[in-house]
Amino acid sequence: MQIPVQGFMYPNEVELQWSVLIVLYPFLTGLVAGAFILASLERVFQVEAVKPTYRLALLTALAFLLVAPLPLQLHLGHPERSFEMYLTPHRSSAMAMFGFVYLWYLLAVLVLEIWLDYRRDIVVLSQSTNGWRRLIYRILTLGSSNISPRALHIDERAGWLITVIGIPSAFLLHGYVGFIFGSVKANPWWSSPLMPVVFLFSAMVSGIAVVMLLYMLVSSMRREPIDMRCVDTVAKYLFYTFVIDFSLEMLDLVHRIYEADESFRSLDFMVHTRLYFSQVVLQIFLGTLLPIALLGLVQVLKLTPMIRKQIYVLSGCLTLIGIFAMRWNVVIGGQLFSKSFLGYTTYKMGFATREGLLTAIVLTVLPFVFLWALVKLLPPWPERNSGALPDATPAH
Amino acid sequence: MNITRRRMLVLLPAAAVAWKFVLAGTPEDSPNYQMTEHWWAMLIDITKCIGCGSCVRACQLENHVPDGYFRTWVERYHIEDWQMEYPKVDSPDGGKNGFPVAKETGGKNFFVPKLCNHCADSPCTQVCPVGATFVSPDGVVLVDQKYCLGCRYCVQACPYGCRFINPQTQTANKCTLCYHRITKGLTTACCETCPTGSRQLANLKDPKDPIHEFLRTHSVQVLKPHLATGSKCFYYGLDGSVR
Amino acid sequence: MKAFKDSGHLFRVAAVFLVGFIAFMVLRSLLVPRSFGRYGHYRADAIAEIAALPVSYAGHQACETCHSDIVDVKNKGVHKGVACESCHGPQAKHADDPGSVVPAKLDTAVLCVRCHQANLAKPKNFPQVEAAEHSGGAACNTCHQPHTPAIGAGVNQ
Repeated sequence: MQIPVQGFMYPNEVELQWSVLIVLYPFLTGLVAGAFILASLERVFQVEAVKPTYRLALLTALAFLLVAPLPLQLHLGHPERSFEMYLTPHRSSAMAMFGFVYLWYLLAVLVLEIWLDYRRDIVVLSQSTNGWRRLIYRILTLGSSNISPRALHIDERAGWLITVIGIPSAFLLHGYVGFIFGSVKANPWWSSPLMPVVFLFSAMVSGIAVVMLLYMLVSSMRREPIDMRCVDTVAKYLFYTFVIDFSLEMLDLVHRIYEADESFRSLDFMVHTRLYFSQVVLQIFLGTLLPIALLGLVQVLKLTPMIRKQIYVLSGCLTLIGIFAMRWNVVIGGQLFSKSFLGYTTYKMGFATREGLLTAIVLTVLPFVFLWALVKLLPPWPERNSGALPDATPAH
Repeated sequence: MNITRRRMLVLLPAAAVAWKFVLAGTPEDSPNYQMTEHWWAMLIDITKCIGCGSCVRACQLENHVPDGYFRTWVERYHIEDWQMEYPKVDSPDGGKNGFPVAKETGGKNFFVPKLCNHCADSPCTQVCPVGATFVSPDGVVLVDQKYCLGCRYCVQACPYGCRFINPQTQTANKCTLCYHRITKGLTTACCETCPTGSRQLANLKDPKDPIHEFLRTHSVQVLKPHLATGSKCFYYGLDGSVR
Repeated sequence: MKAFKDSGHLFRVAAVFLVGFIAFMVLRSLLVPRSFGRYGHYRADAIAEIAALPVSYAGHQACETCHSDIVDVKNKGVHKGVACESCHGPQAKHADDPGSVVPAKLDTAVLCVRCHQANLAKPKNFPQVEAAEHSGGAACNTCHQPHTPAIGAGVNQ
């Protein structure tokens, strides 16, 4: 497959190394970090208004975190050797250390926090269900059926502690992904101390947006009224985080333009041509400026709940598109130009190949499938009619 | 060409002995090779490179490099007058079959052979998550083909574009400084076949190696010095416009 | 103790983590290659494996043991520093079994022009010609003996 090259590229640079799957990976882990930080707003900072999204946010984070390694495994030349990262991690490699950050976050933070929060429900369900579901719940109880008030209080305190540890862990989770790119001195599009911070804030933006959208979607599916106080607060946090994220990205841009180092001319040309649609149109205008304007409108004008809901849905969707575009611009953009600053290549994305578009779409849909299963297994809301969880409310 | 039968009787056993030495498998078995006595480097004299592509062909044949990928390649530069920031560069098929006649006339024109710089502070080994790529005790950056995951982080981290993923093995691949040759007293395939002596292998730990005198008496450059990679590929006559 | 009675489940979780950690450490000791870490953070055996790869170019010293007469001719001319395999290609197989493996005949029309076709980027003092004009289509070895290319030094070897 001949790849069209413009100008000069080092011969080995013509073919892109990291595909759309590597774009997807930071997108998925970003959603995790963002969803978790939203959940922690309630738990640690006592922002009571967002309580209805708490459990959903945690399950969303788990669903995405479980799928996140899949694009990586599909990308590797030898996925069967991926375990080597845990056997002989190279301490100077951000990628290797990230393996442990991921494991820590998955097990010691997310799984533990979910378990502690749901433990009462799990014990109840282990006694009230039958068949294979009963078996699953029994395993999840780890053999302890103690749901006395004192035990639940201990769970609450432990969960609080884990959330407190979880916040910097979530920062580390996605900051690290940013560092994986930001520490590559060979690539001036990536190499920047701002990269981990930009990644983190864009992760928070995408995570908050996805939880907001999911809450609204699931509520309407369950024919439950949407708690406006909740979504208004979530949207407010989305707005604030977005403003910070946008400021950081503009800082990077202005700094680059002003300093105009040896790479600038080449990168500038790339942004104006090959990356124009994904960077300027999708990421900046549709994905950042428009949602910020819409959300800002809600903050200053008195709008009806109906209109606010529409704005939230539109902003949420645009945000997710914009943040995906941002990941695309970083990963793909960073490989479209030559390190000689004299040429450009083209990304030829396959469709039904191992690293193709179809695979990316399946991997994007898969977390929602996992989420559906998790919601069935660990219902975030009290079941009013089924009676399976008598006066079941979140433990705190 | 006449080799008499008498000469053959003498020469064949001598050749066989010499060849056995060449074929000695491991550094430990190879009677004279000590890793600690070597710190390998390469010296490239730009003023002598004629862009014939012999090095590229030899490397491909010696190391079974797949088509379309390059462990070494040659670039041709054309600079108009003082326009150092706007060189015109080309490398048709890595320079493997030489270069077509240039369309440009005038200006400054020259060839630059490129290869892995075998950096002492190698950024590619820094990022490898599992230790599949490393700097050997004798200064050669190598890839463990049995351990590499093919994550491609090292390819991203190399500032010189000398790494690629071998499509057959799905692992990272690059110039090994013909490690399998230099540990047997041979020189690299590219240096062997370079007709003008532009490329020369050097052992920095050998006080008698001519590179020491050369470095002392000539102005040399490395590629991208601002990245402080500890590059051990020294260029004489490298123009400032070279990327 | 009463304090621990209601936190039994936490101890169970800790136990699960501990078991997992121990299992990981055991697995690690079984799976990490023996030679890993001997010289640095890599599998030391890899060095030997790479050094044991087969050689394709014999190196001019191997040629010179048998073909010293050619070497004498070559040393008289400007191709003195050009290694045999630079033109003749990899000959390790021939050096290994000189009787049965015979190097291919070379086509000077292709071979010589790679170096000697005039190009602006070649050093000024390097002998280069416009091949088509120079020989009028005749093969290079019509007039030049490749091992010692100066005209009159010996033709049609």
